[in-house]
Amino acid sequence: MEASSPAGLGATDPQLQHFIEVETQKQRFQQLVHQMTELCWEKCMDKPGPKLDSRAETCFVNCVERFIDTSQFILNRLEQTQKSKSAFSESLSD
Amino acid sequence: MEGGFGSEFGAAGGKLDPGLIMEQVKVQIAVANAQELLQRMTDKCFRKCIGKPGSSLDNSEQKCIAMCMDRYMDAWNTVSRAYNSRLQRERANM
Repeated sequence: MEASSPAGLGATDPQLQHFIEVETQKQRFQQLVHQMTELCWEKCMDKPGPKLDSRAETCFVNCVERFIDTSQFILNRLEQTQKSKSAFSESLSD
Repeated sequence: MEGGFGSEFGAAGGKLDPGLIMEQVKVQIAVANAQELLQRMTDKCFRKCIGKPGSSLDNSEQKCIAMCMDRYMDAWNTVSRAYNSRLQRERANM
């Protein structure tokens, strides 16, 4: 997992290179949190109340877990299909 | 709108200052994340709270939006925590 270094900034400076890698990772995390919050909001929220009740909270946690499961399931299944159709494996891998 | 990349971007007298670049990148990332949150929150709370757009944002709509904002933040934090603990668990299982 290597971060691209725009304009070759990081390539010259290991400290900067490390910074870019860490920030890229953090940003991937943040981006997925934004995305899952939006998605799970639709599934778990009907009318916003004075506090997030425990039922909604459980729903959000399950929603995150199942979203990641879904993503992993799809990835695994695609990998399985590719093994039998090795012609596609090169164009789709990474 | 913004200073050109390289002219004001951590470059003093043509020399790049990694520390300054990192600071500025951090600020820009924070701004981008805030905008992302704001945009998604506005979208979600508009949908929840404005049934039929009237001639003004009435009192009950304002109350709903305020509540919705707080719940969206709760949801964001819940999702962030759930995702984080999932990552920790998967790391421990590797």
